[in-house]
Amino acid sequence: MAYLSCECLSVGYGNTPVAEGISFSVDYGDAVFIVGENGAGKSTLVKTLLGLLPPLSGDMSFCDGASAGKIGYLPQKAESQRDFPASAWEVTLSGRAARLGNRPFYSKVDREAAEEALRKVGAIALKDKPFGSLSGGQQQRVLLARALAGAPSLLVLDEPTTGLDPEASESLYRTIDDLRSQGVGVIAVTHDVAAAMPHATHVLEMSGGTARFLAVESPRGGDA
Amino acid sequence: MGAFEQLITYLSYPFVVNALVVGVLVALCSSLLGTTLVMKRLSYIGDGLSHVAFGAYAVAAVVGVTRDMMIIAPVTVLAAVLLLRRGQSAKVKGDAAIAMMSVTALAIGYLIMNVFGTRSNVSGDVCTVLFGSTSILTLTPFDVAACAVMSVVVVAGFALIYNRVFAVTFDEAFARAAGLPVGRYNLVIAIMVALVIVVGMNLVGALLLSALVVFPALSAMRVCRTFKAVTVIAAAIGVSCALVGMLASIMLGTPVGSTIVVLDALAYASFCAIGFLKRRI
Repeated sequence: MAYLSCECLSVGYGNTPVAEGISFSVDYGDAVFIVGENGAGKSTLVKTLLGLLPPLSGDMSFCDGASAGKIGYLPQKAESQRDFPASAWEVTLSGRAARLGNRPFYSKVDREAAEEALRKVGAIALKDKPFGSLSGGQQQRVLLARALAGAPSLLVLDEPTTGLDPEASESLYRTIDDLRSQGVGVIAVTHDVAAAMPHATHVLEMSGGTARFLAVESPRGGDA
Repeated sequence: MGAFEQLITYLSYPFVVNALVVGVLVALCSSLLGTTLVMKRLSYIGDGLSHVAFGAYAVAAVVGVTRDMMIIAPVTVLAAVLLLRRGQSAKVKGDAAIAMMSVTALAIGYLIMNVFGTRSNVSGDVCTVLFGSTSILTLTPFDVAACAVMSVVVVAGFALIYNRVFAVTFDEAFARAAGLPVGRYNLVIAIMVALVIVVGMNLVGALLLSALVVFPALSAMRVCRTFKAVTVIAAAIGVSCALVGMLASIMLGTPVGSTIVVLDALAYASFCAIGFLKRRI
């Protein structure tokens, strides 16, 4: 049973498709990397998966605890966050904001989920640190924990390693491997194909208005 | 008579107590909302809206309604809603939209007061609305009650949506993807800001009002590193500056609004110094 499967999906704005015939699925423990040139429709696809854009046609179905509003999202870096007064803990906990429903304040369950998420990404030691004082890699980890706190089964990462040095990227990818081995499904958009490939189980290659979905032979150190 | 006895004497006048109550409440509300506005890069929205409120005041004065709030409040709220709506699908960027709206409202307000004004001292009237001057000491019980109700609504409302406001302010893209109704929270914030401005006009006047919104938050951000601490400290700074400023202006005979704003600026300078020293140690 897959967390998410898309069948002949066509994405775009208004009535103008940007990419058509996109078919792929994300299963328990899969890491699907979306690659392609600028303008190939990567961001449009991500917005559609997150429910921010309606699909133009085709099927998109969620199972096993994942749903359109329950995907953990790691957006592209925003500069405004650098000087934002917030602790890593406040940031992580805000991943639960959409689950508050009619409650005004976070419950014990919310706090435990946030703590668990920080532990999973190896950032529990950063809990009380100001977010702005963290290194780029540490900030991405905390934002990953925020995504995970709200949606523990399926994550969408948009250019997660942009602006990180090779060492920090590799370390972030290894964290993503760990999450995957615990059954989390991961969809990641990336430009840095060479660094990402060893960590992919599948690749969705977007070009020329369509997409090819390929399985990577042996993830982790394979010669893909 | 010593300064202390003089103060006690002043405090026995109900209009002084009214002024203090309203001043503290307005300062509390505006500093609570300040952190979010500063972080959303919307510091100037307070300024823009207060100009709109001035325009609405001019219209109310010329039309001659007794409760001018009934015109000022809805117009300002509407302007706040329009400004934030624009921010989302902006052909004109947020800051430009605010600049346009605020100068237009200011010009129209002054024009109307000048051409249709029935009172003799037009420039005195304009000055009062823009800089507050003595209007804080002529509050009616209705003004005080309206201010109290507004403050309860803003403070309670803010506390109830605090966690969501943080999520939306920190990262709008994430909040949207997680399914939070981001637009609705922005709207609620805008309406609260507009209400605070309408009431705050009496205190420091339209022109100086944005100081009450941005200064306490900026001061708190120099020393605090969590959102909760910044919010609490900003509220404390805002309230203390308003209280001390009003008492000082009564004792020294200085204009209320300017005194409070100068104190806010001094507080900012001291917090900068504290923040600097803290990082050095």
